[in-house]
Amino acid sequence: MTTTTSILNLDGVTVSFDGFRALNDLSLQVDRGEMRAIIGPNGAGKTTMMDVITGKTRPDAGTVYFDGRHDLRKLDEAAIAQLGIGRKFQKPTVFENLTVADNVLLALAGERGVFANLFSRRLRTAGDDIDRFLRIARMLEHRGRRAGDLSHGQKQWLEIAMLLAQDPKLLLVDEPVAGMTDAETDQTADLLREIAEVHSVVVVEHDMAFVRRLGVKVTVLHEGSVLAEGSLDHVSRNERVIDVYLGR
Amino acid sequence: MITARLLSGRMTPWDVAFLLLLLAVAMVVPLLNLIPGPDSSFHISAYMVSVLGKYLCYALLALAIDLVWGYCGILSLGHGAFFGLGGYAMGMHLMRNIDGRGVYGHPVLPDFMVFLNWDELPWYWLGFDMFPFAMLMVVLAPGALAFLLGWFAFRSRVTGVYLSIVTQAMTFALMLAFFQNDLGFGGSDGLTDFRDLLGVSLTADGMRSGLFAASAIILALAYLACRLIVSSKLGRVLVGVRDAEARLRFLGYRAERFKLAVWTFSAMLAGIAGALYVPQVGIINPGEFAPAKSIEAVVWVAVGGRGFLVGGPIGAVVVNAFKTFFTGNFADYWLFFLGGLFVLVTLFLPQGLFGWARDRLAGRKGGDGP
Repeated sequence: MTTTTSILNLDGVTVSFDGFRALNDLSLQVDRGEMRAIIGPNGAGKTTMMDVITGKTRPDAGTVYFDGRHDLRKLDEAAIAQLGIGRKFQKPTVFENLTVADNVLLALAGERGVFANLFSRRLRTAGDDIDRFLRIARMLEHRGRRAGDLSHGQKQWLEIAMLLAQDPKLLLVDEPVAGMTDAETDQTADLLREIAEVHSVVVVEHDMAFVRRLGVKVTVLHEGSVLAEGSLDHVSRNERVIDVYLGR
Repeated sequence: MITARLLSGRMTPWDVAFLLLLLAVAMVVPLLNLIPGPDSSFHISAYMVSVLGKYLCYALLALAIDLVWGYCGILSLGHGAFFGLGGYAMGMHLMRNIDGRGVYGHPVLPDFMVFLNWDELPWYWLGFDMFPFAMLMVVLAPGALAFLLGWFAFRSRVTGVYLSIVTQAMTFALMLAFFQNDLGFGGSDGLTDFRDLLGVSLTADGMRSGLFAASAIILALAYLACRLIVSSKLGRVLVGVRDAEARLRFLGYRAERFKLAVWTFSAMLAGIAGALYVPQVGIINPGEFAPAKSIEAVVWVAVGGRGFLVGGPIGAVVVNAFKTFFTGNFADYWLFFLGGLFVLVTLFLPQGLFGWARDRLAGRKGGDGP
């Protein structure tokens, strides 16, 4: 099945939409405590891979195991999130009509039942925890603002604060710096490196300068399967990678 | 005491004003009906007490709709079904209370069953002679229907306009079913000719005032319960369901369970509203299940202010006060007026009368809390 050191193990995963193979016999292993960058041209299957891991899409073939024992194909989104897989979407999605603090409150681990939430005391007691995560994401001074009023970059950071509040074992981060300024991009790279010290992280990104700054092992996806894997320098010397990125 | 502690710091001044108003009305209207003589200009006639009581029942129905629509994003076009079921449960109890004083004088069977040549009560009429059982059914029957429908719809992730259509179909199907004489609920005539409730004649002045006061107090309690829900962390989760359901799932919340819970609770409130309504108007028939009735109730909420708890009750009372006036004076134009009102409010007062008035008074914008 899988080795015990890997937190995430995809083996031979295939997903087709109306005959189009979004994922084609994809195999990927992420180690416990590792940060991995996934790159690839548009349509390489990066987002579909995230969808499979988080239960949004069911694979047609192949296996997906989390932590060596949880078969993710059999679980729905909520169950997978409760196991400890957090996801940040490409387009920042926050609860616009709630305050920044309330967004983090909803993300805080535990209390996922109806009655647990009705009788929750956290509205009064969770302030310090919320502040801690907002501080890490550099969002503390915005805690009282309506999330819908934040800038694009601030929403991205709020989502990262929410991810941390979920206390996941594995974070999936989809294009965290899309639409960010250079300064924001640098700050986000630092933030992710900080987070990777205590969590396993998978980052999907287009921005090569950003990936270089992260300085981690890179997996190149192409047409739904792995094209190359290794350090960024290693994969950028790979003939096929150069063809895919530059040849077309 | 627990409620007081839970609610401290969660009530807005509007909540306090609304609850005090309800309490005042609950005392003043019955007193003005009972104490001044019929010739006094302060006198409120028994008929007027019933009309006002009817408004309070509609206000409770609107509150129930506002809870699911305003705070959880579920647009129900079928809440009339829950209202009607609660009403029928109360109606069945009142029918059993006739106790052999019907036209045919049968000791057990209601008149319409005698007329249909039935020999005995159908099993589902058993137990309704007992007040506590009937009151239990007032919440259980609509609650069970809502739970069943919600279980299937929310689990299959039927949302938005599709869900609205399903709720509309539900109330339409119930209307057709209740029109059937064979179903055993009086067919198109429904249930009527009620005599008394808890041993007191329904036409007694004290009874009308009592029903009115009960409606006001139950509306106040329901309002408190809804405030508790929307101001708790659960209320934040519901807003999350409303605004970004998929996102909430990825945080580990089973959105369908939250929807099911608040949907079922809302249906029960609507059932209670129906049960209070029936003894005050003296009849319940399948017309209450008509799709137009449910849509009208949604209009009340939109007019009063969706997403503000007081919005629903305000809209219900304002629109129905207009309706009483119009149907008394210009009956032919009522539907035009209602349609026009809905269009105007949607275009010019997206936050309803309450949102508009509050912004005018306070010079600010946004919802009342989450």
